[in-house]
Amino acid sequence: MGMAARTSEQTLARKNTRRAWALVSPALALLAVAAIGPLAVVIVYSFLTAGEYGGVVWQFSTDAWVKVLLERDIFDDSLSFADAHLTIFWRSISLSLVTTVLTFLAGFPTAWFIATRPAAQRAFWLFLITIPFWTNLLVRTFAINQVIRNEGVMNTVLLWAGVIETPLQMTYTQGALLVGMVYVYLPLMVLPLFAALERFDLRLLEAGYDLYASRWQVLTRIILPISRPGIIAGSILVFVPCLGAYVTPRILGGGKLMMLGNFIELQFGQGRNWPLGAALSIVLLVIVTIALLVYVRTISGGDKARE
Amino acid sequence: MSQSYGISVRGVVKAFGQGPSAVRALDDVSVEIGGGEFFTLLGPSGCGKTTLLRLIAGFEMPTMGEIFLDGADISALPPSKRPVNTVFQSYALFPHLTVAENIGFGLKMQGKPRAEVAETVARMLALIQLEPMAARRVNQLSGGQQQRVALARALAPQPKVLLLDEPLSALDAKLRKEMQSELKRLQQETGITFVFVTHDQEEALTMSDRIAVMSAGHIEQIGTPREVYTKPVNRFVASFIGETNFLGGEWGTGGVKLSNGAMIAVDGKGSGAVTLAIRPEQVRLCASADAGAMPATVTELVYFGTDTHCHLALAGGARVTARLQSQASGDVAIGVGDHVHIRASAAQVLAD
Repeated sequence: MGMAARTSEQTLARKNTRRAWALVSPALALLAVAAIGPLAVVIVYSFLTAGEYGGVVWQFSTDAWVKVLLERDIFDDSLSFADAHLTIFWRSISLSLVTTVLTFLAGFPTAWFIATRPAAQRAFWLFLITIPFWTNLLVRTFAINQVIRNEGVMNTVLLWAGVIETPLQMTYTQGALLVGMVYVYLPLMVLPLFAALERFDLRLLEAGYDLYASRWQVLTRIILPISRPGIIAGSILVFVPCLGAYVTPRILGGGKLMMLGNFIELQFGQGRNWPLGAALSIVLLVIVTIALLVYVRTISGGDKARE
Repeated sequence: MSQSYGISVRGVVKAFGQGPSAVRALDDVSVEIGGGEFFTLLGPSGCGKTTLLRLIAGFEMPTMGEIFLDGADISALPPSKRPVNTVFQSYALFPHLTVAENIGFGLKMQGKPRAEVAETVARMLALIQLEPMAARRVNQLSGGQQQRVALARALAPQPKVLLLDEPLSALDAKLRKEMQSELKRLQQETGITFVFVTHDQEEALTMSDRIAVMSAGHIEQIGTPREVYTKPVNRFVASFIGETNFLGGEWGTGGVKLSNGAMIAVDGKGSGAVTLAIRPEQVRLCASADAGAMPATVTELVYFGTDTHCHLALAGGARVTARLQSQASGDVAIGVGDHVHIRASAAQVLAD
């Protein structure tokens, strides 16, 4: 190759690189402004002093971080674990986990059903799955409240049928929260599961049965491992927003059963402790990140061992 | 070596759909397959050959009739309870498992001890000569390698019968030839009964002990490759396997008299109109004085390498193709437009 040719090739390569950067720069700018910027503000705020009427005072303080888990005794200044905070953390994590499992248990058969319909009918069933998205989340959550409250549809029917004598207290319970969250997040589990199962080769089922697998073994040894990408995606899509859920626990938990989202909101509102709110937001982010890392590691562990 | 079992299919009907719109994919099919036999179901697509295979595997249940394996009725057993394994047309290998895990899958599901599974998998890998690929994912293999893994996976649990659903159709011509002889070798080494489905008549002729030629849900003829080729019972079998000239004629004394007056000697006797099947390679050029000689005009010559196809028009308009072996020079002794004489060295009367 001649000297001239090589030079022009290098020029071309450099030109391409420059053009590639130019093309991604709007996206990078947006990321910087909309994601990294606010995150930086949150981190900075968590190390400032709370203003008396909200907002922050520009004075360094680790008070917010201490208050995430601990509380200071008013009289002797001693520190102890803040039980109320721990309860909220635990409730958020456990409810999110249970919601993820329940949406999977309900969503997998649903996704399988849709994926095994003739191609022309699948669009119709998927359309049904997406209908809840047409209505505002707030309205839907209030609708659930109407069904389960003391004078609601469910209690009225049960009372009328003579099954119960006094209305069942269903609102403001963990059960109500769970029902609401499973209802809201079910489509987010079904859709990625469907995407994974749609590509599933049904002939593999016959191969499994032919090779002496029972129905349970076909499910656990063939169907579930092959649809793993869909299970991972669905679980993340449900678990992450569940952890930060705000509207559902606000309405169905009635302010008594707070989750992390409500707790954070409280700090920026009535609590007037912006630094604590910021610190809690970061804690939420860290919990999500750790949960995702652990989850993805465990579920793809079999793979790594083999390779 | 595992003992091989025979299969007996008795009066099997398989209908898809309900009521008047039901389609009979198999209509009263009966066949006896011997233990250790390489048995081929041959026919065009939609003839019911794959349905019959799926009934034997247990993926479908017969609408009527029974299927026996070594004398025991297996018609109602699910696939997982039949000592029968299948090599699927698309291979249907498990994409999430390695080559070795695929091969060991059946044994593992049977609950065989780990050591036995490992030992059998190693033996199977050696058999298909893919030992270096044991830890690979199946989608990292070529088509031919996947084919061999599918074969090993089906053979590993030592089935009494191996079912093969057009296993070579996805391979290119050269690889297919190799796999044909490899399959034949495996069948002879293991002594397992093979039931092989194909639409490729050449594949059926070269590999099978016996062939069942199927059409529209029926078995048209069962016989050795030689029998179905040289003694086809009807027009369908004669035309589906190899090329054939069909000539109309009438029974006369000592043979069949064609419409052009020529007499062709055939075995047996009868009366009335018949159809004769004459293979192109049985049509010979001859002298005008020979017995059964017919005048013909050469209309076209097509060179095929090993031989030359000579299209001829008989007096009276009937058309006949003769397959003449090519000379060393590549030429044939005749040209288009020549007037020649031909005779049939063998002919088969069809039941039609």
